[in-house]
Amino acid sequence: MTLLSVKDLRVGFGQDPAKNEIVKGVSFDLEAGETLAIVGESGSGKSVTALSINRLVDFGGGRIIGGSIHLTRADGSVLDVTQASEPVLEKIRGAEIGMIFQEPMTSLNPVLSIGTQIEESFRLHRGLTGRQATAAAKDALDRVRIPDAARRLRYAPNQLSGGMLQRVMIATALACNPRLLIADEPTTALDVTVQAQIMALLAELKRETGMGMIFITHDIGLVAGIADRVMVMQAGQAVEQGALDAVLDRPQHSYTKHLLSAVPHFESGRAARTDFKRKQGEAPALSVDGLTVRFKVKNGLFSRAQGAVHAVENVGFDLMPGETLAIVGESGSGKSTTARAILGLVKPTRGRFVTHKGSISDATDPATQMVFQNPYASLNPRLRIDSILAEPVIAAGGKVTNETREKMKALLQRVGLPEDSLERYPHQFSGGQRQRLCIARALMLNPSIVVLDEAVSALDVSVQAKVLELLVDLQKEFGLAYLFVSHDMAVVERIAHRIAVVYAGEIVEIGEAASVLSNPQHSYTKRLISAVPSIDRRNQRFEIDTRQVASLVRPPAYEPPEARWRDYGADHRARAEA
Amino acid sequence: MLRAIFSHPSGRIGGAIVLLYVVIALLGLFDLTPHDPLQQYRIDRLKAPSAVYWMGTDLFGRDVASRLMKGVGQSFLVGISAVAIASVAGTVLGLTAAWFGKLWDGLVMRVMDVLLAFPAILLALLIIAIAGPGTWTSVAAIAIVYTPIFTRVVRGPALSIKSREFVDAARTFGSSKTYILTRHLLLNLVAPLTVQVTLALAWSLLTEAGLSFLGLGTQPPASSLGLMLADSRNLMEKAPWLLIFPAIAIMISILGFNLLGDALRDILDPKTRSRTA
Amino acid sequence: MNYLTRRLLTFPLVMLGVSILVFFAIRMIPGDAITAMLGTEAGLLTPAQRAALSEYFGIDQPILIQYWKWLLGVFQSDLGISVTHGKPVLSIILERFPLTLQLAIMAMVVALAVGLPAGVFAATRKERPSDLGVRIFAMIGQSTPNFVVGLLLIYALSAGFGILPTMGEFTPFSVDPLRNLSQMILPAVTLGFAFAASVTRISRSAMLDVLSDDYVRTARSKGVPKRRVIWRHALPNALIPVVTLSGVEFGYLLGGAVLVEQIYALPGLGRLVLEAILQRDYALVQGCVLFIAFNFLVVNLLVDLLYVALDPRIRLGEGG
Repeated sequence: MTLLSVKDLRVGFGQDPAKNEIVKGVSFDLEAGETLAIVGESGSGKSVTALSINRLVDFGGGRIIGGSIHLTRADGSVLDVTQASEPVLEKIRGAEIGMIFQEPMTSLNPVLSIGTQIEESFRLHRGLTGRQATAAAKDALDRVRIPDAARRLRYAPNQLSGGMLQRVMIATALACNPRLLIADEPTTALDVTVQAQIMALLAELKRETGMGMIFITHDIGLVAGIADRVMVMQAGQAVEQGALDAVLDRPQHSYTKHLLSAVPHFESGRAARTDFKRKQGEAPALSVDGLTVRFKVKNGLFSRAQGAVHAVENVGFDLMPGETLAIVGESGSGKSTTARAILGLVKPTRGRFVTHKGSISDATDPATQMVFQNPYASLNPRLRIDSILAEPVIAAGGKVTNETREKMKALLQRVGLPEDSLERYPHQFSGGQRQRLCIARALMLNPSIVVLDEAVSALDVSVQAKVLELLVDLQKEFGLAYLFVSHDMAVVERIAHRIAVVYAGEIVEIGEAASVLSNPQHSYTKRLISAVPSIDRRNQRFEIDTRQVASLVRPPAYEPPEARWRDYGADHRARAEA
Repeated sequence: MLRAIFSHPSGRIGGAIVLLYVVIALLGLFDLTPHDPLQQYRIDRLKAPSAVYWMGTDLFGRDVASRLMKGVGQSFLVGISAVAIASVAGTVLGLTAAWFGKLWDGLVMRVMDVLLAFPAILLALLIIAIAGPGTWTSVAAIAIVYTPIFTRVVRGPALSIKSREFVDAARTFGSSKTYILTRHLLLNLVAPLTVQVTLALAWSLLTEAGLSFLGLGTQPPASSLGLMLADSRNLMEKAPWLLIFPAIAIMISILGFNLLGDALRDILDPKTRSRTA
Repeated sequence: MNYLTRRLLTFPLVMLGVSILVFFAIRMIPGDAITAMLGTEAGLLTPAQRAALSEYFGIDQPILIQYWKWLLGVFQSDLGISVTHGKPVLSIILERFPLTLQLAIMAMVVALAVGLPAGVFAATRKERPSDLGVRIFAMIGQSTPNFVVGLLLIYALSAGFGILPTMGEFTPFSVDPLRNLSQMILPAVTLGFAFAASVTRISRSAMLDVLSDDYVRTARSKGVPKRRVIWRHALPNALIPVVTLSGVEFGYLLGGAVLVEQIYALPGLGRLVLEAILQRDYALVQGCVLFIAFNFLVVNLLVDLLYVALDPRIRLGEGG
């Protein structure tokens, strides 16, 4: 039975929607109990398509200007959603179509308790009140495997982690057993191991309830685990759709092929770089020893420190000229703090950095430069590009001469930007171009080490690939040493020679990239790698795991026990676990 | 920028009003008025508006239109000087408080809290009590009243810009404090400051009128809108033009700056840009 | 650190700053205190009488000791004696305060009763003629000084209906509530006018912000009807800026509305300060200003308590 049939859907925005079409004639069918994944990059119209199905698009300034959306309702009647009135739509939303969103942190009302928000669905669509509604809400939380549900009902959203909140969202959306669930990038804002949990939960609930699902994502690797059929969107059009295996194994459209080939996919170490060998006796470009960063925790204005957040604990590694060391970990693991401490943006509690020039203690060393995560925030919007590129030169006490300008032009050309960029402002560039600008700026002083903090994470997947390529080329050309901080295993696999896995502030495993990725030894590394979505792993099941990340707050004067390391090859070692 | 203001509906109206007032104020300040604002035409006392006296005359036979122009000039002089002082002082305090943090931030912000604990007009009254009434005391009083507001308006965004990645980047290059404070922080604060200056001009006109109304601002025989309103109180039934024209003049001048400020906020702040298209 | 604890800790600090400012500001007024008190008669004093008076008022001592003594007095609710009234400052203030309090409450009721619905209404009809109408009203309201509103109201009533709103001696609410209200309604509307305009503007823009928040979309995706989305989901979140603004405005109104009290000849706190300043009654000025700042800070603290009730994020210690 066809649950949903979309025909030639057109959606526009703004004063004159016909002139500003975002979705340009999309058609697809969804059978009951089937999962359709809609894949596309930002601006492809995938979210707008999804929001049109329950007409939420109206509230975002969009208007359906053509086509039909036929929904088979629970009583068997068929309704054209595009023609439905608002009261009818209110009956359908929540009851027959549930929806979950990208940002669980902002998608729940901060001033209402979680219980109130789940109960609301039962009150609206099932007419439950009082105890009955509370009991139903508790059952809904149980269903998404939230432990201690009765107590959590009274929590405010800010008391729960992102992963937990997304479960609450799922519980709310599924409260009235809708026949269709729309999931709009539900895991994009979450850590990879949490993402794996949510994906597993969705797959299980789908089996339990027999609901149909539309799953929207930019990550084609993610669809393999959940979708029955795939639709690829580009610039408002569906360029390809078909069964999961057909699309992934025999893509027809060039854009699908591009997504599958040009975009980094995790290949368990098989795609790791092999273009670098350490030479005997060579001095490292950077050597970090015993780096520790702790932030004191105080409870009152005058009270003494009650402990410290051990953000980075006894981290050490060597980085050779021309080599890339990737530091991977999830949010809160201390990977960015490590990078920031090396650049002097965070004051280390202990530890030593040695470059080939000797010991360094602060940021003003022109040999070390940094590229930041967010290309929109790392360039001053009010400065012209020539001023931006001149800043490191001025800071190092130099003058902006003709020679400097020549160097700017050469670098811009090298990173693939037009020469007239110098007279422009940051807002005139796309995200990928801005990141190229940041790279050019970092190279102005001929550094030997570049720290890249999540440098491609904010970019669209196909842009990511090109920036990574550029980074590899520049590394070879200038013999740069990269410290590449990232949460994304697929990206890391393309650029790293060596990998250090950090968990709760400590390195748990370090070594040659291919070896670490193909043969992980520490339990956390294993968990991390198995959570990475991959087109190779279809319909793989995950264990449901509700463990919370360990707290990093320690009592005052706490010192962690000495790490014991075990070797697993010439350049691969992991911490021994208790 | 000008084009943006004039393509914004309230910017167009606000901009036109402000422009008109600037012209009136300049004419008033340089005594280019239809009559001498101090000249008492004894035979023409309390005359209704006519071709000779556009807005009538007052109890002493002085031309209301000329006095109004002079008053607008006076109000603008006080308002603009006060806002100029307050915005510079507030910017320096807010910027340094945000950048240096810790003790200096605590000290500056507590002092501002103290100043903000008084209603604006009361604080101004207190300052005038100390320094005695007069034009330049009003300037000082209004400047002190509005300095805390500028300090807060600068400190908030300065704190958020300070944690932006381009400032981190500047610190990794080792850029000097002066460079970071001026090129990175101040340059990005120009937008909120412009908006705030415009709105503060509206408030300071309001405060100046209030002080003069109480007899503590501009002193007679010099003319100011507040004084004219105070003079009209006992005559409003007999000579309503004495009330109506200055009242409307004050309202529209404040309205102009408010409209312009709103428009600037829309234009300069991308977050609200879509809201009042 | 907890948001409320931090606020409670800064309260005495700011209050101390206020007392220092008030005390030393008053002493910066040119001329000596005795001349200020006695006016021209001071010229007739012999040096011995002058010294005796100085000793009596304690102004022969070093200024820091004077401050300390004054502060000790303040803690025992002794704000000194007013020279012009010949009564303790505190009792004069407490005589005048009920009127000011009543006026502030009435003005706030007017402002919230008009401003909040108007702002919410305009936000839900964004860009439509009714929204434009509300915004024009709010813009004009915000651009008209209180005393101009008052003067125009008086003129309109007297010219249009022959009513003179300034009706004789002020009658306290406890004596004759009806007569009191008939005297207070115009001042309250006068003060409420600009206040309502600010409430309208801020509730409209807060509502617009909130209506585009993710959780409002979530509520809609659950099929929550429009009215419930606005009143149950959006409004509680939009209230915080409205509460902030109303709290600050109310706190300032408790300091007396000098201009409006002057126009309507109401014996409130504002006029008391003005008279005290004009008559150079420094003990009274000092006492009033301290009292007003204290009220303002207390109101702000109450507003903070209200935030805590409104928003669990603040209650649970994330208040930035």
